[in-house]
Amino acid sequence: MAGIYLHIPFCKQACHYCNFHFSTQLNYKSEMIAALCQEVEIRHGEISEPITSIYFGGGTPSLLAANELEAIFSALRSYFEIAPKAEITLEANPDDLDQEKLSMLKESGINRLSIGIQSFDDDSLKYCNRAHDSSEAASCLKLAKDAGFTNISADLMYALPGTDLDHWAKDLQRLLLFSPRHISLYGLTIEERTVFGKWQTLGKLDEVPEVKAADQYRLAIEVLSNAGYDHYEVSNFAKPGYHSRHNTSYWQGAPYLGIGPGAHSYNGKARGANISNNQTYMRAIRSDQLPIEWEQLSDLDKLNEYLFTGLRTNKGIDLNIIKEQFGKHLYDDYKALLSDFATRGLLTKTNNNIRLTSEGFMIADEITWRLFYDT
Amino acid sequence: MEHIRNFCIIAHIDHGKSTLADRLIQTTQTVSDREMQAQLLDDMDLERERGITIKSHAIQMYFPFEGKEYTFNLIDTPGHVDFSYEVSRSIAACEGALLVVDAAQGIEAQTISNLYLAMEHDLEVIPVLNKIDLPGAMIEEVSDQIIDLIGCEKEDIIHASAKEGIGITEILEAIVHRIPSPKGNPDEPLQAMIFDSVFNSYRGIEVFFRVFNGTLKKGDHVKFVNTGKTYGADEIGVLRLQHEPKKEISAGNVGYLISGIKVAKEVKVGDTITHVDNPTQRQVKGFEDVKPMVFAGIYPVETSEFEELRASMEKLQLNDASLVWEPETSAALGFGFRCGFLGMLHMEIVQERLEREFDMTVITTVPSVRFHAIKENGDVVKVSAPSELPESNTLSHVEEPYIRAQIITKSEFIGPVIALCMDKRGEIKNQVYLTSDRVELTFELPLAEIVFDFFDRLKTISRGYASLDYELIGYKKSTMVKLDIMLNGEGVDALSAVVHRDKAYEWGKRLCEKLRELLPRQMFEIAIQAAIGQKIIARETVKAMRKNVLAKCYGGDISRKRKLLEKQKKGKKRMRQVGNVEIPQEAFMAVLKLDQ
Ligand SMILES: Nc1nc2c(ncn2[C@@H]2O[C@H](COP(=O)(O)OP(=O)(O)OP(=O)(O)O)[C@@H](O)[C@H]2O)c(=O)[nH]1
Ligand code: SF4
Ligand SMILES: [Mg+2]
Repeated sequence: MAGIYLHIPFCKQACHYCNFHFSTQLNYKSEMIAALCQEVEIRHGEISEPITSIYFGGGTPSLLAANELEAIFSALRSYFEIAPKAEITLEANPDDLDQEKLSMLKESGINRLSIGIQSFDDDSLKYCNRAHDSSEAASCLKLAKDAGFTNISADLMYALPGTDLDHWAKDLQRLLLFSPRHISLYGLTIEERTVFGKWQTLGKLDEVPEVKAADQYRLAIEVLSNAGYDHYEVSNFAKPGYHSRHNTSYWQGAPYLGIGPGAHSYNGKARGANISNNQTYMRAIRSDQLPIEWEQLSDLDKLNEYLFTGLRTNKGIDLNIIKEQFGKHLYDDYKALLSDFATRGLLTKTNNNIRLTSEGFMIADEITWRLFYDT
Repeated sequence: MEHIRNFCIIAHIDHGKSTLADRLIQTTQTVSDREMQAQLLDDMDLERERGITIKSHAIQMYFPFEGKEYTFNLIDTPGHVDFSYEVSRSIAACEGALLVVDAAQGIEAQTISNLYLAMEHDLEVIPVLNKIDLPGAMIEEVSDQIIDLIGCEKEDIIHASAKEGIGITEILEAIVHRIPSPKGNPDEPLQAMIFDSVFNSYRGIEVFFRVFNGTLKKGDHVKFVNTGKTYGADEIGVLRLQHEPKKEISAGNVGYLISGIKVAKEVKVGDTITHVDNPTQRQVKGFEDVKPMVFAGIYPVETSEFEELRASMEKLQLNDASLVWEPETSAALGFGFRCGFLGMLHMEIVQERLEREFDMTVITTVPSVRFHAIKENGDVVKVSAPSELPESNTLSHVEEPYIRAQIITKSEFIGPVIALCMDKRGEIKNQVYLTSDRVELTFELPLAEIVFDFFDRLKTISRGYASLDYELIGYKKSTMVKLDIMLNGEGVDALSAVVHRDKAYEWGKRLCEKLRELLPRQMFEIAIQAAIGQKIIARETVKAMRKNVLAKCYGGDISRKRKLLEKQKKGKKRMRQVGNVEIPQEAFMAVLKLDQ
């Protein structure tokens, strides 16, 4: 199991909440694609096993033109062995997804779409400065199906300013009409250096209070479970057999190669981060340099990562693994804390496994750091 | 000896003492131009950053004049009321004082109190009207104030600008002419007084002294009279900008002594140094013991660092003789110290110095004054921590310290100033017009009422035109109660306070509100209660945390997220646990922020 992540660092316009790495300057897109291809070439030796998942993330990968996508695929194919049934996901925004684009994507070999719907409410979409409206949100889901995509994931955001539980219930219902195979739900977090971040400091942001946000999350869990979705990770829900393989490999500690500015890599021992600046990135690649910084992980770093990625999933964490791989006895080390969490209904413990309940998922971060080991 | 002049510079805060010292140092070419910088003597980082003098600083200068070479020992003193103790120590080593008055501000509260200190010690006072370069300088008016205050002649006042270098030669000449040379006999038995000490991590403790009689030679066998300890005078010298070793220091002069002293407690400011053989019979009349005004607990943030904290405090005490402490334990905070401070600025500075110079982050608890609890059986218990207050069934009554406060302000602010002092349970005692629109008000006030925000409020209501000086006058009976804070039903001893009954409700309410802001939400609700005995007088709730999970680990950026969580874990280590509630260090200092 090994994955490749490709970061497409361009967006048509900046959404007000977003602090991802992207530029709205599209004029050097083809140069960037060339650089990505060159990085693929430079780094091909880092992974030798067959690639089981490829993920185009961003930014907005649906901005890629047919020839650009083809260029990337041809680079990938010439340097890696791509497993026959590899999951190949592309993140897309509704406004890019017309019939033509969809059939192009389909033909290029993309077999999974992750569509940034975010909301079906025009006011919310506008407030967030999204590039699409509610009718595009709805039509793209249908068009994608018509184009032959079966494995579709949709992103929705909750706790958007000005929304209440009714809004949110309606959004969920509208999404379920299209029965996507996979749904990711992201609660709005206000990040520094975003428009919302600025509004927040100015006191101009009508934030949904935490308690209400929690109610929205709780409602989603209930509605989606009733609709047959498996809540397999804090923010992810899937119909049986449709878990995101790419993301799952992140959580399971599989190696992945991150290509592009701001992309992250993992080789089983160290985590790498490419520089998050388009120009510096391209300049480095052009002169055959890798603009990457590696951080070696200690055993305890790995253990802590295992704890937090594991506790975010419904598989939970395996006490045997912790004992055998890291030599720690989590249950003994945190006996009182764990039983306190259990009595509060935040987690369940069976023989050798600890997993968070839905209520536990809500405060997963708070629970997790308390179970960390000192590094 | 007749060519030595020992003097200090005294004034109200910010009137320009240190800047004047700069000019004197420069004009006498004591330092090279390259070494010169503004407020040269304020050599602590903290002093330079805050632009104020915290500690007295001594320096020796040579001044050739009328064909003779004079030796000046200058001591620059701090102006802030918390450090008036430093002024009195410096004064004891001098024969004269430059009394600096800002021509744009006029006489202020510490001008008067420091002047009286100098007069008590019979110092020759040279009035210096400083900052005459300022457009707002009121030369005539302030001169009249000075004449009134000291009873000097108009001609005695030297007009100067420390900033522009005006009047400096005149001052130097006046020092020679007006300040008496020290008296004393170099051949008598050694009698020297310790007026300061600093800790030097390479050389141990440096002791600063003034010789009144006799001569101290390098290598002499000396004794500190008060402690009875004996030492060899390994190195002695004079206080040039860099210390300059000498073979001997004799009567009238000021110098330093290094003798391998490692233990702070052995050096007591005010102690007498004499020879082991042929000791003096005359012990220098020491200073009054420092009277701490405010008491608070100081605890290491990491409980394991208690011993390190003790060592740091001992070192700090070496150049801050006014810091006193004894060990204390708290159920909430573990092992720490109950410390006495001269005031809130002093407390803040101690805390900051511990942090900077010793890398010790500490938790400071609710500051308190020292009460006297009179028990039914007549015993008097000194209470400087709420936990020391005797049980109410054995208690007859409580007395609290009172101060006499001198406030100088413009007449237009008399009304608001009186109202403020009334609100602080004060009583007006006197009202004197210094000029037609400057008035000196005298109040008696409970010390506890001025400890926290009094001075800030005074400044606010008078738009900056008020200065305050105070001294302890004694104890008066008061209805004080112990106010406790409980978190989820468990008392937090470190948050208790002894407050006046009439103020208890307000205090409890505001403290609960502040704590609600400062306590991080936890997985369960936290009830914050303020109580007097069994009676709950205020309550607030910190809601349980409902949601805390980052939605997305995007693009596999897992280390960033791990680090975020590890940071939270580190933060928790710095918290204290009472029952199941985690309390961050800021919460213990909540009281200090009640007004913000
Ligand atoms: N215009 C003018 N400003 C002056 C003069 N003397 C001092 N100052 C300014 O007044 C401020 C306070 O000066 P300091 O010399 O630090 O005063 P200080 O009396 O030593 O203050 P503390 O030690 O904190 O009590 C500084 O900003 C100086 O630059 C002067 O003659 N004229
Ligand atoms: S949310 Fe997506 S489309 Fe919007 S700015 Fe961020 S990366 Fe671009
Ligand atoms: Mg000064």
